[in-house]
Amino acid sequence: MQASRASDRLLQIYLGVFLVYLFLPLVIMAAATFNTSRFPTVTPWLGTTTRWFEALYNDAGMWVALENSFIIGFFVILVSVPLGVAAAVVLNGVHARARSLLYAVMVSPLLTPGVIIGISTLVFWDRLGVKGGLHLAVIGQSSFITAYVMLMVLARLQRFDTSLEEAALDLGASHGQVFRRILAPHLKPAILSGAVLAFFQSFENYNTTLFTRGTDTTLTIYIASKVRTGLTPAVNALGLILILVTVVGAVAYEVMRRRESARERAALRNAERADMEALQIA
Amino acid sequence: MSQDVVLDHVTMRFGDFTAVRDINLTVKAGEFFSFLGPSGCGKTTILRILSGFTEPTEGQVRIGGRDMAGIGPNQRPTALIFQNLALFPLMTVWENIAFGLEVRGVSKEKRRKRAMELLDLIAMPDAADKRISELSGGMKQRVAIARALAVEPKVMLLDEPLSALDLKLRQHMRAELRAIQRRTGVTFIYITHDQGEALTMSDRVAVMSRGRIEQVGAPSDIYDAPRTPFVATFVGENNRFAGTVASVEGGVARVDTPAGPLAGKAGEGVRPGDPAVLFVRPERMRMGQACPNQLSARIHHVDFEGSFANLFLAGPGGGELIVQASNDGALPSLSPGIELSLGFPPESAVVLPASAEAAA
Amino acid sequence: MSELFRRYGTGMTLTMLAGVAVWVLAMVVLPYFVMVEYSFHPNLTVVEMGGPKDHYTLENYAALFRGVDLLHWDFPDDFRVFLRTMWGASLVTFICLLVCYPVAFYLAKVATPERTAFLLLILVIPFWINEILRTFSWYILLAYSGPLNIVLKALGIIDAPVRWLSGSAGVLIGMTYAFLLFMMFPLYNALETLDRNQIEAARDLGAPTWRIHWRVVIPHAKPGIAVGCIMVFVLAASSYVVPALLGSPGTRWFTETIYSWFFEAQNWPLGSAYAFILLGLCVAFILLMMRLFRVGLTDIAK
Ligand SMILES: Nc1ncnc2c1ncn2[C@@H]1O[C@H](COP(=O)(O)OP(=O)(O)OP(=O)(O)O)[C@@H](O)[C@H]1O
Ligand SMILES: [Mg+2]
Repeated sequence: MQASRASDRLLQIYLGVFLVYLFLPLVIMAAATFNTSRFPTVTPWLGTTTRWFEALYNDAGMWVALENSFIIGFFVILVSVPLGVAAAVVLNGVHARARSLLYAVMVSPLLTPGVIIGISTLVFWDRLGVKGGLHLAVIGQSSFITAYVMLMVLARLQRFDTSLEEAALDLGASHGQVFRRILAPHLKPAILSGAVLAFFQSFENYNTTLFTRGTDTTLTIYIASKVRTGLTPAVNALGLILILVTVVGAVAYEVMRRRESARERAALRNAERADMEALQIA
Repeated sequence: MSQDVVLDHVTMRFGDFTAVRDINLTVKAGEFFSFLGPSGCGKTTILRILSGFTEPTEGQVRIGGRDMAGIGPNQRPTALIFQNLALFPLMTVWENIAFGLEVRGVSKEKRRKRAMELLDLIAMPDAADKRISELSGGMKQRVAIARALAVEPKVMLLDEPLSALDLKLRQHMRAELRAIQRRTGVTFIYITHDQGEALTMSDRVAVMSRGRIEQVGAPSDIYDAPRTPFVATFVGENNRFAGTVASVEGGVARVDTPAGPLAGKAGEGVRPGDPAVLFVRPERMRMGQACPNQLSARIHHVDFEGSFANLFLAGPGGGELIVQASNDGALPSLSPGIELSLGFPPESAVVLPASAEAAA
Repeated sequence: MSELFRRYGTGMTLTMLAGVAVWVLAMVVLPYFVMVEYSFHPNLTVVEMGGPKDHYTLENYAALFRGVDLLHWDFPDDFRVFLRTMWGASLVTFICLLVCYPVAFYLAKVATPERTAFLLLILVIPFWINEILRTFSWYILLAYSGPLNIVLKALGIIDAPVRWLSGSAGVLIGMTYAFLLFMMFPLYNALETLDRNQIEAARDLGAPTWRIHWRVVIPHAKPGIAVGCIMVFVLAASSYVVPALLGSPGTRWFTETIYSWFFEAQNWPLGSAYAFILLGLCVAFILLMMRLFRVGLTDIAK
């Protein structure tokens, strides 16, 4: 027992150091935004300023890159969400043997290095006469982001009671109506989070985009190139903004997810209670 | 045109397993018809064939004279109540009930009005805007029925709809289902493995075993005049005496059994010299009376049930016998160890060929 | 398949199948095939393609190994980069495992559930932050006159500032930081399912802490270790940003070599061959891990 308490203490100290290690670099990067130094650093501290935000704001290249990232993200959602849903539904409806093969092919892009996805997309479309650019970045990114969406939808689909589809058919619904009124509402949460994830993955993608972008620049490409050439704390300002947006987004997403599962639990409790009441009446 | 449901030489195979074998049957319009049989005998398969979710391997289904081949479940005049009800969890109660109308393009006011009428019918007038998850088991049951009725089906197909309910609720729902059927006049085809349900609710019952129909008839026929050994043992309790047929005369067969010669009504195909089984219901056994069929047995166990008691006896030849004794004041004298003299009139017993039993 | 048609009708099923075909064929399988096929061609101009010079060749693959001299331990540039990448990615994977294991164990088996929930929420935040930003933060930290050198000097650990960014150290440090959490979560997930009683029982039997870990905890964490190692190795071996930002010409990564073959030397067939070699390296590592730790594909794709 004594030994265990001592090792727990040790673990706690280790965890503390770990958290510092995890967050300190980010804090320092954020802090460097406010240093007047032309090179992003906190040592030495030459004075506090907000002018790097202004510099960022006035950087036309950044705005173009940002816009490109949004355009790509939008189209990636448009491509990967329907494909991911279709893939999940098909995978769920084929025979066991075909399923495991198809599954392996479908998740393989998740284990494939992003640069290779980018290269294979570039080479393939070049053969067909399509050159790099935003459109190719959309295709390249979608090839693996679809797999993420597929997995999320599949997880939800496996909790779907197929007799609901049959019941709707039996009541006279067409196959389209069954899909729209029964299956789609059930999948909606997974589709929404799939769309959010798809946009996010697209927005922060670098490796695949690097090879497929042609001469266009996305935000991640822009940041990387700035670091190598023409680095000023304006990059830190951008980083700080992105971090804040991500943190708010991540927390909101997490809270939403927890609330969703709490709601499901509450519904279950309600049903149990109704049954108990019915028993007492009967 | 009458809306009879006809199964014509229907067979269903899954691979080389035959789940349903050559079924021929007519369910009359407006009838409450039950399929009764043990688990896995093919009841659900028949229902899925009728509702159009599976096409039979062979044979034809006709509803109102129309061949149903190639007609999908969404175009048949049937409505299925699923074994697990399959209510739509993301819709409210009234939306569930009105779903069939919604997909037919009925306007919202009309839908709502119809849903309200049906909610009245199932005695849940205030539940329209509740969520499905808020309902109790019995309420869900009734909503499922209302949802099926909303599309005004000619035939309702019910797959063990009460099996998920507890005993009390189940008995209550039996009466309610029967009442709804009478009120609407819709044909009900009802599946169950609970003989109490089949016998109390149905106009006619089909007893199934291993994909075959063993017997079709009114509940009292099934119980009093079983036509196969399977029906005799599956429906209700029965005492069985195996032996060899000695003679068949005027509809009465005499069988030589280890318990002595016994006589009963001769079933179809009973011929002298063949092996046969004689069945007698426990409540038809009399004690101590001078009957043509006499035997004696020793009580080894008594189950007191209130208005009656079940006596378990070791019969001659070692077979176990059950006798139901009504509580007429003489019960206290019946205790384990006592030797009883028993008898039954020949018209209370049936004799069936043993070969049919072996085949079943 | 017939099940699909029965459930969703002909029109919708065909639409969905078409969608799946577009994704699986046009976006996943065919691009791989074309890339691989391409890598067996010589580097030709558009005009020469399909002409007499166009034939299948292993030249692009041989190029990587040409000039390897095991006797004198002498390697050509590209091969040296390949070795560095393989070795570096392995090292990063191992460091990540070492660094994460105590934290994952603490989260899964020591901390109270509330605390774990909170810490997990905290931990996912850097996970969501862009890899480039995480790398960039170390660029600032490791700069010659940056905070790390100043602190280390103040503590008397070093006498003169270290040029972190001109050796391999910067790349390894940056990668460890960037991919750490891909090790953390699989490890945590695996350890979470370990029954606390097993640890108690082992302790009861008098096993010392290291032995409990060696015989009880680590065997249970195997699937998590495998998944974590696969993730980190693949990410590290195929990382472009980290070596580009934190490395120097002397510490090129294989991805950088591939990139320059593609866009500086314009030799796409060679670049494709190298990309396929990189893919082969990753697949080999994945298979090795799956074999070593006996895990399936379903465990990995989570
Ligand atoms: N799609 C199928 N593929 C293969 N076998 C099937 C299929 N559907 C049913 N069966 C088999 O057919 C037989 C009859 O099944 P069915 O569901 O009709 O039984 P049931 O009488 O409804 O039983 P229960 O009372 O358990 O619901 C079973 O042995 C079952 O395993
Ligand atoms: Mg069934």
